[in-house]
This record gives sequence, C-alpha cells and structure tokens, in this order.
Amino acid sequence: MGATIRRELRFILNGQDIALTGIAPDQTLLDWLRLSRQLKGTKEGCAEGDCGACTVLVGRLTPRGSLVYESVNACIRFLGSLDGCHVVTVEHLSASEGHLHPVQQAMVDFHGSQCGFCTPGFIMSLYGLWMQTPSPTDQQIETALQGNLCRCTGYEPILRAARAISTYGGTDGDPLLRERETMIKRLNGLRDGARVEIGEGKDLLVVPADLDDFASILEASPNATVVAGSTDVGLWVTKQMRDITPVVFITGLDEMKSMTMTDGLVTIGAGVTYSDAVSVLSQHIPSLAELIARIGGQQVRNMGTIGGNIANGSPIGDMPPPLIALGATLTLRRGAKRRTLALQDFFVAYGKQDRQPGEFIEAVHVPVPQGSEKFAIHKVTKRRDEDITATLGAFRLTLAEDGTVASACIAYGGMAATPKRAFAVEAALIGRPWTEATVEAAMEKYADDYQPLSDMRATAEYRALVAKNLLLRFYMETTSRPAPVKVSRYEAA
Amino acid sequence: MNKHTTELNFQTITGGVHSSPRHDSAHKHVSGTAVYIDDIAEPFGTLHAGLGLSSVAHGILKSVDLSAVRAAAGVVAVLTHDDVPGVNDISPSYMNDDPVLASGKVEFHGQPIFCVIAETREQARRAARLAKIEYEELPAEIDIWDLDVSTHRQVVTPLTLERGDAAVALADAPRRLNGRMRLGGQDHFYLEGQVSLAVPGEDDDVIVYCSTQGPSETQHMIAHALGVPSNAVTVEVRRMGGGFGGKETQANQCAAIAAIAAKKLKRAIKIRLDRDEDMVATGKRHDFAIDYDVGFDDEGRILAIDYTFALRAGFSADLSGPVGDRALFHCDNAYFLPHVRAKSAPLYTNTVSNTAFRGFGGPQGMVGAERVIDEIAFAVGKDPLEIRKLNFYDAMGVDGERNLTPYHQKVEDCIIQRIVAELEESADYAGRRHAIQEFNDKSRFVKRGMALTPVKFGISFTKTESNQAGALVHVYTDGSVHMNHGGTEMGQGLHLKVAQVVAEEFQIDLDRVKITATTTAKVPNTSPTAASSGADLNGMAAQDAARQIKERLIAFASDSYKVSRDEILFLPNRVRIGSVEISFAELVKKAYMARVQLSAAGFYKTPKIHWDRSKGRGHAFYYYAYGAACSEVSVDMLTGEYIVERTDILHDTGRSLNRVIDIGQVEGGFIQGMGWLTTEELWWDGKGRLRTHAPSTYKIPLASDRPKVFNVALTDWSQAYEPTIHRSKAVGEPPLPLGLSVLHALSDAVASVADHRICPRLDAPATPERVLMAIERLKAEKG
Repeated sequence: MGATIRRELRFILNGQDIALTGIAPDQTLLDWLRLSRQLKGTKEGCAEGDCGACTVLVGRLTPRGSLVYESVNACIRFLGSLDGCHVVTVEHLSASEGHLHPVQQAMVDFHGSQCGFCTPGFIMSLYGLWMQTPSPTDQQIETALQGNLCRCTGYEPILRAARAISTYGGTDGDPLLRERETMIKRLNGLRDGARVEIGEGKDLLVVPADLDDFASILEASPNATVVAGSTDVGLWVTKQMRDITPVVFITGLDEMKSMTMTDGLVTIGAGVTYSDAVSVLSQHIPSLAELIARIGGQQVRNMGTIGGNIANGSPIGDMPPPLIALGATLTLRRGAKRRTLALQDFFVAYGKQDRQPGEFIEAVHVPVPQGSEKFAIHKVTKRRDEDITATLGAFRLTLAEDGTVASACIAYGGMAATPKRAFAVEAALIGRPWTEATVEAAMEKYADDYQPLSDMRATAEYRALVAKNLLLRFYMETTSRPAPVKVSRYEAA
Repeated sequence: MNKHTTELNFQTITGGVHSSPRHDSAHKHVSGTAVYIDDIAEPFGTLHAGLGLSSVAHGILKSVDLSAVRAAAGVVAVLTHDDVPGVNDISPSYMNDDPVLASGKVEFHGQPIFCVIAETREQARRAARLAKIEYEELPAEIDIWDLDVSTHRQVVTPLTLERGDAAVALADAPRRLNGRMRLGGQDHFYLEGQVSLAVPGEDDDVIVYCSTQGPSETQHMIAHALGVPSNAVTVEVRRMGGGFGGKETQANQCAAIAAIAAKKLKRAIKIRLDRDEDMVATGKRHDFAIDYDVGFDDEGRILAIDYTFALRAGFSADLSGPVGDRALFHCDNAYFLPHVRAKSAPLYTNTVSNTAFRGFGGPQGMVGAERVIDEIAFAVGKDPLEIRKLNFYDAMGVDGERNLTPYHQKVEDCIIQRIVAELEESADYAGRRHAIQEFNDKSRFVKRGMALTPVKFGISFTKTESNQAGALVHVYTDGSVHMNHGGTEMGQGLHLKVAQVVAEEFQIDLDRVKITATTTAKVPNTSPTAASSGADLNGMAAQDAARQIKERLIAFASDSYKVSRDEILFLPNRVRIGSVEISFAELVKKAYMARVQLSAAGFYKTPKIHWDRSKGRGHAFYYYAYGAACSEVSVDMLTGEYIVERTDILHDTGRSLNRVIDIGQVEGGFIQGMGWLTTEELWWDGKGRLRTHAPSTYKIPLASDRPKVFNVALTDWSQAYEPTIHRSKAVGEPPLPLGLSVLHALSDAVASVADHRICPRLDAPATPERVLMAIERLKAEKG
C-alpha cells in the first residue's frame, strides 16, 4: 500500500527531458507538440488515428529492459500515456547537422512527396520500419504504411524510396541508434516506481505505480476512464469532445504486458498491444497473427491492446469472434478479487458487458488449436487494409474419424449487436459429413442466427450473403483444393 | 579533362525545361519544415473559430439560442449571418444562393449556421456544440436516382449538346439498347483540410492566409462579404496540403468567416476545420445518374446516342453548371458519335453543394461513354477493346469524316490509336487475354478480368475569361530572379515548372530563380489553379515577363556594346555580346547602372478558343491530352473482394516540361481515379447525414491497393499540336480517368460468371459489395 506519489509527468522529447505538472488529463500529444512546443512538422490530418500525418515514434523500455521505438498516432495519444517514454518527432531526424537522414534523402530522390502534408508522417513510419528492418520486402513496407494516407502520389514513388533507404549508407549516423545506450539509461532513470497523480478531483490524471496499485485505484474510483492504447478513447475526446475524466493510464504497466504459453493455453495480458502479440501468435495461432495485420494501421497496432478491443465491447471489434471461436476465457479483476468468465458470455448486449464497477480485464486465455482442429478467420471489408469489419467470421471445427463433424464453434462480428456464436449453423454441421452438401444446408441456417443491419459499411443483404459464403470458403480451404479459394495480395509465406 | 567537363557543364543550365529537377519543396516536406497555413507563426492574440452546423437536412430556423455558446469557457464572440457586414453570399456563380452563414433556413445537414470565436480552437469547438436550435423540418431530397429530370428543380440552366439527328438515327439503327448507370461522388480528402488565418489591418484592410486554389476569387468573395473594395483584401498562399479542386471555391467560406471575425474583433482569427466537419460541410465530386440510349450496327459501330447526365448539385449552384457541361463535353471520350444528343440536369438536393474535383465532370462523362462501349461489346459479342478501336475519332493527319465532337469542334490532334496500339503491345493484351481465359476456366472462386481503356481530355476552361494568366518577374542586381505568378502550388509542382520556364528563358540555373508565395497583391485577377491549366497559362505568362526583361537587356547590350541584336546570345549563365562573353549577373548589373527596368509583368491568354453555351457550339478546347491504361484484376467470387494485379499506362504529356513531375501526376491521378471508382463511397443515411465523413469510414486507396505491378510510361514521341509552353501538355486531370480501366477490368471478371454473354452493368463505386451483387445478378440472369 501507499505507493509514493509523483506529481509530475516525465518523459523525453527528442533530446530534451520534459517534466509536466499542469496538464489536462485528455491533452493529446499532437496538440501539445504543435501548440505548446511549436513543433509544427507533425501534422493533423484526421484526428482519429487513420491517416498517419501525425505519426511520431515513441521509444519505451520493454519488460525485458530493451528499448523499442514504435510509430504511433500523436493525434489520439494522450500525454498521460507517455510517462517514462522517449518521444521522437520528425524534427529530430535531421536537426543536428542539417543534412537529411537516409529516410528523408530517399524520399526526396525518389519523388515521394507532392503536396508534402502527409510526408512527415510517412518519414516517421518508414523510419520506424527501417530501424527494425533495414531491407524490407514490399509486403513489410506496405504493412508498415497501412496507417499512412497519401492523396497525391499514388504511393508508387514512396515504395521506391522505401526500398532504397538502406542503400544510402549505414545506421552509424542515426540519432536514435547512436544514443541508444544513453537513452536506455536515461529512461531507466525516469522509472522511480511512483504513482503519478496530476490534478485532483474531477480533473485527475493517474498513472498507477503497478498492477495492484491500478486495481485499488479503479476499485476506489470505478467511474474513472481506463486508458491503455487510446485508439478508441482518443476519439471520444477528439471527435465526440466527451469528458473522460478522471483518467487512469495503464499503458505502461509491465505486468499487463506479459504473454505466456502453458498447457496449450496462450495467456495474453490485457495490456499487450497487437504488435506485441504478433510474434507469439504467429508461432501458435498464425491465422490470428494474420488477422492482426488487417486491424488498423501499424500505428494503431503499436498502441491498441487486445484487452481494450475486448473491453470496449464493440460489435465490430476483430478480436472477440476468433477468440470466442477458440473458446477463450477472461480473468476479470476487482481489487484483489479475480473471476474467470467465458469470453462469449462477456458480451451481454449492445454497449453492455458483464463487468462490474471497478472491475477490469486482467488477461485473456486462448486455447491453441490442436493439430486435428481446423481453424480459420475471414474478415471482409470495403478496403482490404486499415478498414473496419463489415463481416468477420471465425471457424473452429473438428472431424470424427468417419469424416463427420465432431465439433464446430463459429462466431461472427458485424452481424449482430455483439460478437456472436452461430449456434444454428453449428448444429446443422455437427454429426454430418464434412461435405459441400452439408455446408450448403448449413448456409441456410444463418438466417436463424443473424439478422444483420445495413449501414455505411455494408447492406444487410451483403452481410447475410457474405457470412454464408465464408463458411463455404472455410470448407474449401480445409479440403485442400489446388485452385485459390480467395484473392490474395501476397504469396503465401 | 577538367577543361572539357567545365565546358560541358557550361553548355546547359541546370533545371531548364525538359529536364527533371525534383520538387522545389521536397527537402522541406521530408524534414517537416514546409510551412502550411496552420504552421504559420500566429500573430500575438490570435483567436480561433469553430462552426455550428445544421443537424437537419432541410428546415426553417425557428429559434437559434446561442446563450450557452456565448457563456462557454474562452468564448470571445459568436457570429451569425447578422454579423456579415457586406453580402451574406459567396456564390462563385453569382447566383446569390450560397450564404456564408445560414439565414432563416438550412438546406443541408452540416450547413454552417454560426461561428464561435474563442481563445483556443478546442474551446471554440466545444462551445459550438452548446447551441439550442429549433428547426421546422421540411421534406428533404437527398438522392437523385428517383428524381424526374424534366420536372425537378435545377440549380442552373442545363446544357444540351446536339449534332445530327439522334432521334431519327436511333430509330433507324439496326441495333439499339438503353440503360442507366449510377456513378458515385468522391471526397477530395486533401490531407490538409480547409484552413484560413485572417490578420486585420488598418482601415478596411485584411490579409488572409488561406489554403485556396483561387486566391483572386477568395479575395473577391471576402470583399463581397465584408462590403469593402477588393483592394482592401490580400489573399496569400505559399502551398496547400492538397487541393484536387476542393479548394477552388470551397476555401472561400472559411476565408470569409475568418476575415469577418478579424475585422469585427480586431484580432487575428484562425479557422481550421476538423476532418469530419470538412467532409460534412464542404462540397465534393458530383455523383451522377446516367441514362443512355444508343444505336449501333452489327459490327459495333456507334450510330447515334441520346444521353441524360443527371448530377447531384446539392443545395446551391456552386460550379454544378460547368461541371455538368464538362460531363457532356466528355460523353464521347475518344469516340466519334455520328448523331448525338446529350443533356445535363444539375438537380437541386438537400445535400452539401457539390463542386470541382480533378476532371470537373469530364471523368463522369467518360464513364458514361465507356459503359456504352461495354454494352455494345456484349451485345455484338466482341472484346470491348475491339469496339473501342472501331469507334475512335480519326487519327491526326487523317482528313476523314469522323472528327467532329458533339460540340462541333474538329478533333485535329488525335493520337489515341498509336497510344492504344503501343500499350496493347507493351502490356501483351492478347497474350494475357488468353491466359486469363485459361485461368478462369480452372478457377471456381477467383476470376480474373482485364480492360484497356482510353482517355481523351479537353484542355481549357470552358469559361473563356478564365483562360488568362499573369506573372511578375523581378531580376535583382546580383542576377538572382524573383518569380511570382497567379497559379497556386498544391503539390503538383507548378511553381517548379514555371521556374524552369523562367530559368530557360534567361538561361540561368534553376536555383537562381526564387519561388514565392502566390498573393493577390502581386498578380491580380488570376484564374483558379484548375482545369489542368496551371503550367500552360502561368508558364506562358512568366515567359512573357522574362522575355520583356530580356528584350530590355538585349536593347541595352546592343546599345552599350555597339553590336547588332542578333549578335547577342543568352548562353548558359552568361551572355555573348558580339565577341565578348559576360556573366548574366554582370550584364544585369550593368543594365541597372544604366537605369534599365529589371521588372516586368507578364500576361497570356489562350488563343483560338471560343464557346457559345446557348448554341452548344464552339472551339471549347485548345487541345486534347491523351492516354490509355490496361488493368488486370482478381475477383473473389464469394465476397466480391478484389486485387489489382497489374496496370500498364501510356500517357501523353506532349514534350514534358518535367518528366518526373508528370509521371507523379499520372501515377497519383490513376490511383485517385481508381479509388473513386472502387472503394471510395459517400453514404448518406435516410436523414441526409453523410455517414462516411472521416478516413475510418471513407476509404481512399492505401499503398497496399496499388496494382501489384504498375508500369507507367509517357509518350516520348508526342508534342502538343498547338504552340503551348515548350509544346508540353497539361497533366493534372487527364490521368485520373485512367482509373476506369480498373472498373472495367472488374466488370470483365464479373462477366466471366455468365461466359461474357451478359453485360454486368457494374455501377460505381465498385465496392466489394457492388461487385458481389453484380456477380449474383449475372448468375441469376444466366439461369
């Protein structure tokens, strides 16, 4: 009990130590950079994390103590989430000697800018990519740029530039790589184990000292807004202008960032970001890792958490349907008390989840499909990447030795007010031979499970039709046909 | 060796015309130091504006209670239409139908009703939400699809083009069919939204820094709304973060509001719209309903056509008249129509007033033409490319019968045959057509499709008076040059091209020519940078200014060195005067000492063009730009999802002023056109609310939507038929309709489900949903 309390937020901006006291809990990084620091290189294009004009890098120490830099959307990132971090803006790249960084020079030489407004964001995304992957494939470049919109160039020259960056010389002169060891020391120096509290009463901003501290804070203030990745809450502020105070920032809680694999169960801490999850999931549940590459842009994946995607209860969140299909469970915690709940029971109704005041999701436990199980996820959107689901289906199925369906667990997003199981469809499959005729019969049952709505993403008719067709696609891909069963931009790995 | 190298370098300037210097601001773009309006250091005491928008599509304003807005934290003032000191109108067509702030009624959801001025932008935005407004709601027309064009209100007088006798020729045609196509609009999605910063001066003066494509028009609109002469208003823009037509007239509202508030409060005022507000409250590309009735022979040659192009104008005229006109001007695309009747119908709706967007109605006209080609191809059972080639205008140099447009202009420079032939070859159209058939025969769930579509695009403003430009060139005594012209920079490299022209004229290196912000105080009464005309018009005007100074330098040198004028030669960075060579700077210095004027205003007006709208006749375009694209797609038969596998483009920019800049325009224009016709969908709900008003819901192409293989080439053999600036051709708009190749490739893939016997009639935007529904329809029709 009684964590020490620090009344200032500390982080490093480019080269400079920052200590802030009088800031609003919902102060965005972008506005602070542009209005308070007069750093105008970072632009606002949409204020909702979709266009990438505001991209900056945030360096953070991982639980293992290494330093990673990730691209993020400054427009929906709150200052409160940056305690102990290193914020890097475009001004940092070429500031020292005035000559351009390889990333910048390549963009100039390959004509990667026209109006130039999106360009600093592209520079930062490419910079983040180049630091981790100096010689990326086109797929890696395109994935890293899913969160950056350019309306002028058609992207082709930007791709040319991205392919060429590493030919501009090594990493020796790079400001972040050169200072890496020093920066780790400086960031470690900021970690004092204290709880951060700024403001009071209604205007309180809290960064808990650790997980237990968070649990007790939330128990005491159950109405506080909990912010992890802020990829959703950010828009409550920038678009809806909602009052979110008081705010508790759990972005930096190491204890919520762990991923473990035991007894066929992957346990994902609620604070694990999509990006953090990819490496573990690609080993154990590859289709889930592939799905993540189609959620948001890289910046959103670097911020957004799997726990947040579940907690916010959206009917079009992409994680719940596959996790339900896999039979995932949640650990919910309130103060020191924990309970376990099947994920599919968490979603009660639209906007309503089985979560008590002061309770939070601590972790999600995901059974890994066994060798004999067939598992697939299919997401359908208007634009393939960085788009919100029109319909998403997740399928897990086992066959008996006689070729009949032994078990089926199917869940969809975008088809109902919550992520929802397709019980009638499952029933039509179980016990029957896994054949196209069975599948066609089961396709007739979708109307019993779902009555989707029409909106700007799709009509009810399209959703209903595609949902059915995805089952057929699942059947085809599980019965190893030579011809392709879906379009694909990238050759299978 | 050294001497030789020096000699070589000395033989050309760096950065002249037909060379490829990179964008003049590229190094600033990449380092974040390029200054956009929102980045300008704010004058001390700058206040910020937020807008209060209508929450109904059509209604009488019964009561507007702004007391809570006024009382909100940080609020300094609230302005309504009562605060507009001049005329409450910014209608670019002088129809007086476009209020700065709504008065008495609102005519679309999102229409600005009032403006809050506060200490911070956030305070202004928050306060704007506190208004209590009561409406008496009126019936609202949102969509045009079911409107009767003969009875429904039109925002301006429509245009009819007529040549020959379409009715008779249709009746006599051996084959005839008709149909209707729905074609969606498009949001500009410039990355930098609408933004203005107004700084009040003494007397009536105000300077407005505005992200506008038409500084002169913005100036005139501000003066109109302020009730002051134009000479009191200065509008300046160094660069825009994208425009695409969306800042031609749509910048005026924010500019006027900022100026009005600045004069009233005697403080600098900045207004920058949030993305959602920008998309809801400012106009877009028009969506169309296109009716066609076409007669043709058994070969597939068009004999007659009757078109109606209905367009969603929105609540006011804005540019809907000329946009509808340009749709008609391009309803032939590259095809000769022996008998034609085409009419526009700019329909009033309770939606935001639609406006200019790259192509300005032209692409919509061409979509109609290509749909007709598709229909004929399916009717006669031929590859659409054969039908296209069969119907082209006569090639340049062929003095045949097939060269007259529906507006009675003779097409004299048609090079589409050669472009299409070369592209067919380089893209291996025939070979891939065969391979696609083989692939489709074996593949049940993925089908491929391909299409090669041509572009012919008319260059000139159809509004004759807009085809003029001015420039101002100063030469300083050190030989450096300061250049200004009426065009604006929105990323297209216009300033660079015009600087190249000036460098070429003086034969000095490009870095000796300073590019400066566009301002109404230097060059007056300029046309908006639109209609692809920027380099054509302003390049000529700047060349004229440079030539005047050069003439004076020649006269001076001839006089002072006692040599004849033809013994004076401008060589790279130096001037040969008789047997003497001196540097350009030295000549300038000497001329200054002899009191020679080293500044000149240049001017240009496009020759030859004329247009009589009432008769539907004229020489509307100075020349045409051509191009063609061939795209191949893969389509998922279960979901309608698709991939663009490959696109090949061959595009004509005449003798390009700057190849890398032009290729950038072609690549970017194609992708933008593809986005328009594929994933970009404007979706209004039943109450007239635009629900795709941000990038989360409105999906422009990403890097991963590019064709997997993307080959872009310029015709290296073409040159403008007319004496344009260094025989180059305009390149802003013409590449956009190259995106039609993707729509038609998708259509081709869809058609494969019915063995290419039924025309898919795939509407646009061809979202995965529209593609799948077309597949389902064909499956059902096939039986």
